[in-house]
Amino acid sequence: MALDSNNKRVFKVVGTRPPRPDGIEKVTGRALYGADVSAPGMLVGRILRSPHAHAAILSIDTSAAEALAGVKAVITAQDFAVQDDSALRDVQENCMARGKVLYDGHAVAAVAALTPAIAKAALKLIKVTYKALPHVTDVDVAMRPDAPVVQAGRSFENVPAGMAENVTSQCEFGHGDLAAGFAAAALIVERSFTTAAVHQGYIEPQACLASMTADGKADLWCCTQGQYHVRALCAALLGMEASQLRVTASEIGGGFGGKTTVFIEPVALALSRKSGKPVKIVMTRDEVFKATGPTVSSSIDVKIGMTKDGRITAGEAHLRYSGGAFHCGTIDMGAQAAFAAYDLQAVRTLGWNVLTNRPKEVAYRAPGAPQAIYAVESVVDELCQKLGLDPLDVRLKNAARKGTKSSYGPTFDDIGLMATLEAAKAHPHYTAPLAPGQGRGLSAGFWFNFGGNTCVSLNINTDGTVGITEGNPDIGGSRAAISQMAAEELGIPYEKVRTIIADTSSLGHNDITDGSRVTFAVGLATIKAAQDAIQKMCARVATLWEIDAEAVVWEDGCAKPSGPNAGQFPPMTLAEIAAISFNTGGPIAGHHEFNADGAGVSFGVHLVDVEVDRETGATKVLRYTVFQDAGKAVHPSYVEGQMQGGAVQGIGWALNEEYIYGEDGRLQNAGFLDYRVPVASDLPNIETVILEIPNPGHPYGVRGVGETPIVPPLAALSNAVSRAIGLRMNRLPMSPPRILAALSAKR
Amino acid sequence: MVAVTIWGSLRAFTDGRAQVEVEARNFKELLDVLAQTYPGLKPQITRGVSLALDGRIYREAWFTKIRSDSEVVLMPYMAGG
Repeated sequence: MALDSNNKRVFKVVGTRPPRPDGIEKVTGRALYGADVSAPGMLVGRILRSPHAHAAILSIDTSAAEALAGVKAVITAQDFAVQDDSALRDVQENCMARGKVLYDGHAVAAVAALTPAIAKAALKLIKVTYKALPHVTDVDVAMRPDAPVVQAGRSFENVPAGMAENVTSQCEFGHGDLAAGFAAAALIVERSFTTAAVHQGYIEPQACLASMTADGKADLWCCTQGQYHVRALCAALLGMEASQLRVTASEIGGGFGGKTTVFIEPVALALSRKSGKPVKIVMTRDEVFKATGPTVSSSIDVKIGMTKDGRITAGEAHLRYSGGAFHCGTIDMGAQAAFAAYDLQAVRTLGWNVLTNRPKEVAYRAPGAPQAIYAVESVVDELCQKLGLDPLDVRLKNAARKGTKSSYGPTFDDIGLMATLEAAKAHPHYTAPLAPGQGRGLSAGFWFNFGGNTCVSLNINTDGTVGITEGNPDIGGSRAAISQMAAEELGIPYEKVRTIIADTSSLGHNDITDGSRVTFAVGLATIKAAQDAIQKMCARVATLWEIDAEAVVWEDGCAKPSGPNAGQFPPMTLAEIAAISFNTGGPIAGHHEFNADGAGVSFGVHLVDVEVDRETGATKVLRYTVFQDAGKAVHPSYVEGQMQGGAVQGIGWALNEEYIYGEDGRLQNAGFLDYRVPVASDLPNIETVILEIPNPGHPYGVRGVGETPIVPPLAALSNAVSRAIGLRMNRLPMSPPRILAALSAKR
Repeated sequence: MVAVTIWGSLRAFTDGRAQVEVEARNFKELLDVLAQTYPGLKPQITRGVSLALDGRIYREAWFTKIRSDSEVVLMPYMAGG
């Protein structure tokens, strides 16, 4: 298996399971999350939100609120400049409505006051005059020609004339002759599916503290997946230079893609600017549900043809996604991912993004892929059932592999889908007996992964320890993995390395912690930074030994003469070199910055057994196994955690989670009592099987891991439930009322 | 010349062709020539695209070298969660 020139076959630190560096702080409550930061003289920020799904704002009278004792600032959209760039304008208008409100919970004004009680009273004194407008929250209804228009004039040039004005973009992918493919099929199944919008469900609500001084300099502390992106957005919205705004990311209590943009941060900064005081805003759970981004809701049609022996002859999907009241590009990802697990001669996906009166979509682990692959994998499973074929054998027969022209265009290099399917087939779970009334489902899943802009500094301390400064909030164990890779490359114990997350003024730009990029890209930059430091240490030693730098090599954490001709010198350890660094030229540090590529795609296969209670409609998950090509697992416990976490979030998506809107367009279940995520007592142990197919684009073979595991559960659960009740389910979530309704209709 | 595969919804701006040939040595030249030759592609290129080169996906990397025999596929700008 091809690795690059820095091929590492035998690892000493990578692949081990050291204790997590943030463990003690987190279990003892010392870790500082977004809401834990305070400042002297701090004010409390609160936001007034729309009670309407769609309404024109005729006027906002803030005078009574401003006159209330203890209120220090009140702001509306008028406190932000109108942005020329449409993407920035969307961000601003999502943070604070301008002209009209576009969804229930849309922010219209904000106050900063001395106490929470005063802030709450002030919100009640703000008089907003609305003119209610017709609304639409369903994606299919929003595509009708007579649907209420959420925002006019937002369609891209790729939308054909005659489509509803709510359609903002169209995309199409695929290759081959569909008509010939379907003509060659022994059986064609064509089905329609819907999936509800679901929230990332992070436990920590959005929180921030903003402090702007009279000279225009500002500090912002917030929970985010990307402090540099927060800086860029806030600086643009506030009209600041990036250098004048320092953003520090707190510990993060879950993000899953949902903390890749801003909601309250520009508002807190604007309130701080106006009041001259630090301002802290912490969202309530109600606000998190109503006004931060859930994933897209979807409506999908899939048509697949298959021969009697299980060869797929053609596949076609039409996908309609709604990312809420603003344009969103998630449809592009879904339409590309839908058939990615298959080696197809004829495939076509056509997708549309549609505006609805819902909150603006924000990424959620592998954005767009779970919905599309759910629909495709459901139809594949139905074909297998109808043709009497083993669903794993069919997937093995049709699996994408090295050399496959993918459904979205590029030809695959080394990928691990076949190995993952074979591991599932060989696992005892696949052949374990099922009791009557139980069902087993499986699904393959796929995600692209990517690298991105990355910057790392590595400092050799004089006591022989190493400090690493990186710029990506740790949402999945990256500090441990980065320390492990540095220790591996330097040849020192893991315990000698500590990795911290920098603020935006302490290190060059880093892209957001997203796209399953951090262990891959930051790890790669760390390896390069370690090599940079090694080169400098070898040069110092060469000077000391009075030999050429090329005659010194680095092995097992020591500088050594490269051979007998280089001279006889005892090896010098990193600690020995560090101890004399002030005498040999000064501090020693390594650095690397780059735009990483070569992340390598990832595949997973999930197996699940369920039992459905026909009296209540409740589904019990009996057994669940995740198989995933993780590339080299740097810290296998974290990799397993990602696989388990993705599976659990997917189980929630499949069985219970959904945004429920009333006829009035208002969200009816904005809280964890009515929006039901799985809890430990709902679940079996999620078994994991890591496949380590090396990624050719990384010296240790590392791939992204975090997003792929949320992709297969939707179809795996749907296929299991469908087989358990003898009825194909085509709508998510498969909540007890829906299953009862389906069973009742069957009778 | 480099053969560039265009995704379906952009073919309306390349006279219906799924693949176009351009003279380009790197990613930036390729985008510049595409936007110049097929002005209808310019809005999408401005919004952002990725480039798959022999199966490897690149974002923003202007100076990525392209060989004449490379498989080049234009893709939407990658995003993740």
